[in-house]
Amino acid sequence: MLASLRRILALIRKEILAVLKDARTRNMLMIQPVLQCLLFGYAATLDLNNVPYAVLDRDRSTASSALLAKLDGSGVFHRVANLTQADQMKSLIDTQKALVVIQIAPDFQRKLSAGEPSPVQVIADGRNSNTAGAALGYVGAAVDSFNADWRSDHGLPPPPVQVDARAWYNANLETRWNLIPALVGTITMMSTLMLSALSVAREREEGTFDQLLVTPFRPVEIMAGKAIPAMMIGVVQATNALLVAQLWFRIPFAGSYVTLYVGLILFLLAAVGIGLFVSSIAATMQQAMLYAFVTIMPFSLLSGLTTPISSMPRVLQDFTAINPLRYAIDLVHRIYLEGADLGQVLPDLWPMAIIAAVTLSAAAWMFRNRLE
Amino acid sequence: MSGPPIPGLGAKARRVGALIRKESRQVVRDPSSFAIGVVLPLMLILLFGYAMSLDVKNVPIAVVLEDPSSQAAEIAASFQLSPYFQTRVTRSMTDAQALMLSGQVEGIVRVPQDFARRAAQGDAAVQVLVNGIDGNTARIVEAYAEAAVAQSGARVAAEGQDAGSAGGQATVESQLWFNSANDSRYFLVPGLIVLIITLIGAFMTSMVVAREWERGTFEALFVTPVRTDEILLGKVVPYFVLGMGGLLLCMGAAKFLFDVPIRGSIPILLGVSMLYLLVSVATGLLISSSLKSQFLASQVTLVVTFMPALMLSGFLYDLHSVPLAIKLVSYLVPARYFVSLLQTLFLAGDVWSVILPNAAILAVVAIVMLALTRRATRKTLG
Repeated sequence: MLASLRRILALIRKEILAVLKDARTRNMLMIQPVLQCLLFGYAATLDLNNVPYAVLDRDRSTASSALLAKLDGSGVFHRVANLTQADQMKSLIDTQKALVVIQIAPDFQRKLSAGEPSPVQVIADGRNSNTAGAALGYVGAAVDSFNADWRSDHGLPPPPVQVDARAWYNANLETRWNLIPALVGTITMMSTLMLSALSVAREREEGTFDQLLVTPFRPVEIMAGKAIPAMMIGVVQATNALLVAQLWFRIPFAGSYVTLYVGLILFLLAAVGIGLFVSSIAATMQQAMLYAFVTIMPFSLLSGLTTPISSMPRVLQDFTAINPLRYAIDLVHRIYLEGADLGQVLPDLWPMAIIAAVTLSAAAWMFRNRLE
Repeated sequence: MSGPPIPGLGAKARRVGALIRKESRQVVRDPSSFAIGVVLPLMLILLFGYAMSLDVKNVPIAVVLEDPSSQAAEIAASFQLSPYFQTRVTRSMTDAQALMLSGQVEGIVRVPQDFARRAAQGDAAVQVLVNGIDGNTARIVEAYAEAAVAQSGARVAAEGQDAGSAGGQATVESQLWFNSANDSRYFLVPGLIVLIITLIGAFMTSMVVAREWERGTFEALFVTPVRTDEILLGKVVPYFVLGMGGLLLCMGAAKFLFDVPIRGSIPILLGVSMLYLLVSVATGLLISSSLKSQFLASQVTLVVTFMPALMLSGFLYDLHSVPLAIKLVSYLVPARYFVSLLQTLFLAGDVWSVILPNAAILAVVAIVMLALTRRATRKTLG
């Protein structure tokens, strides 16, 4: 037992040296999570704040300018053009100079004063229907706020029923609060899965794997020697990403670090298990990388990182049951933002434990049968 | 460039031909090429076409009905009938909060006890609590609740005496150009083509030169009469052909499987796609021949090509709203120009003022990348 432990420790040392002795690899592994969190934290937001829009105001009344003032003052839109003719709208949208064009009819104020519904025509560039939909939402909000002002200025009562909306855990509904904790799982999975898949493939390609086999190491020890260093690197990467979330983006941490790290270690175990299983199939590094990637792709697309799982078809929702990243993202969200304790995240923990157990034993079986 | 004098064009063509043959065989005989050339594009097409949808559906919510009046029940029913929600009706707020804490519902709509009475007086409120972690879903729940409540409110006002106070509002009439059905596939599928070309182009090539360095076969090439540009041509051609296969697969799926319209002309679409494929292949080769390590090359390729193509190209997230520094970085991402081209060519048509500048930038990037690769692949011992 003790001898086995010593052998594993020796392997871990060797493996860490092999990965980290090269300065370029070292930097790559440590800086990359920080850089990705920073870049994507700023880039990946569905909150709009600088939408170019154009106006065709045919009314030129106090009401129409009050409405436009609402848009200009929302901090979301900035006006790029004041149009005079309807045929100018098409070219502005076509050339992507404006994302939204607003047309106010000549009888806008007259209809409002007469107590009739007064339509404002809004055209949005649907090439990215996601952004366009969000922009239309913001226009709607500006119009609502204009209506409220109009009613109170003209002595009309407010609408009889109002909605009092409040968001828990992320009061301002910032996309970033959702994304960065999710990236902690995604980035570490990509690195550790590839690291473990490639480290065995590299030894195979260089022929040193055969040398390992003539040493007293047992296949399980070799596997532990490959798995543990990859997990250690994963933990450091996750820590780096968490530091960016807290120190740079100032996203408040609501939970306990012990719970979070217990969850992350289970997750990394599952990721490394998948990586080792992939490496047991691959003959070369290129193969290992491509197979690893073919695995990472559906895992990251079906994890809830970019699109909600509840909108997916039933079959694929069922498939996400074997996706460790799905549990990891949920786990980090709930611990980080909601402050969930170990008992509350149990539904995320045991599936990851099962995935780890299955993939690691499958990998061990593959190794033994290929080796002995 | 030190090399033997060129005997003639025929010999050059023969050498390049031999290299292409060797590289192609290597591609064809390796089962992992099949994985990335066929399995991955097919998988992505199906995932993007059927699985990924930003349209919110089936969001689990709880409706707390503290008021037994018919008007309150009407609001609850409008949630129950909506395809956006999976509604559970509870009688107490404590139950609903327990569901929210255990993650079983994403939001709570609370109709308070005195709702009907206060609605008659004109100052009723419905409380909406959402789990804000997924801000996008949360916003949709809020907006829907507001619409449902406003409808019910309008009905109350119409039934009341002062019908006039309901009118006199500005209303929004929106039009979504190029995608009037607001189908998120319309913009996911062109984005998918960008991802697949990036993957096939850059990923496979990022390993090939590094592998030859690691195995020492590159040094063996030194003593042959092949020249650097011939080696490069031998590497570019097979992967370019493979990438074209993936491209045609995607375009076919876009047109016939998902009914995404192609409003621009197909030759231009193919032309700009080939340009971007060339950029990807050259990027992969550049990374490979400058790093000379397969592990490092694979990681760098992931971070430099794939992740930016997904996150910084304007395909998923709008680039107008990012801070200046990130915007500047996004100008360095070739995928950005390709996304703009594809969205326009698929959905808007041949808008030359979009096509020409973007295509020109891609062409310049391709040339620069190939030139840099040529410099990095000198036949010298490092």
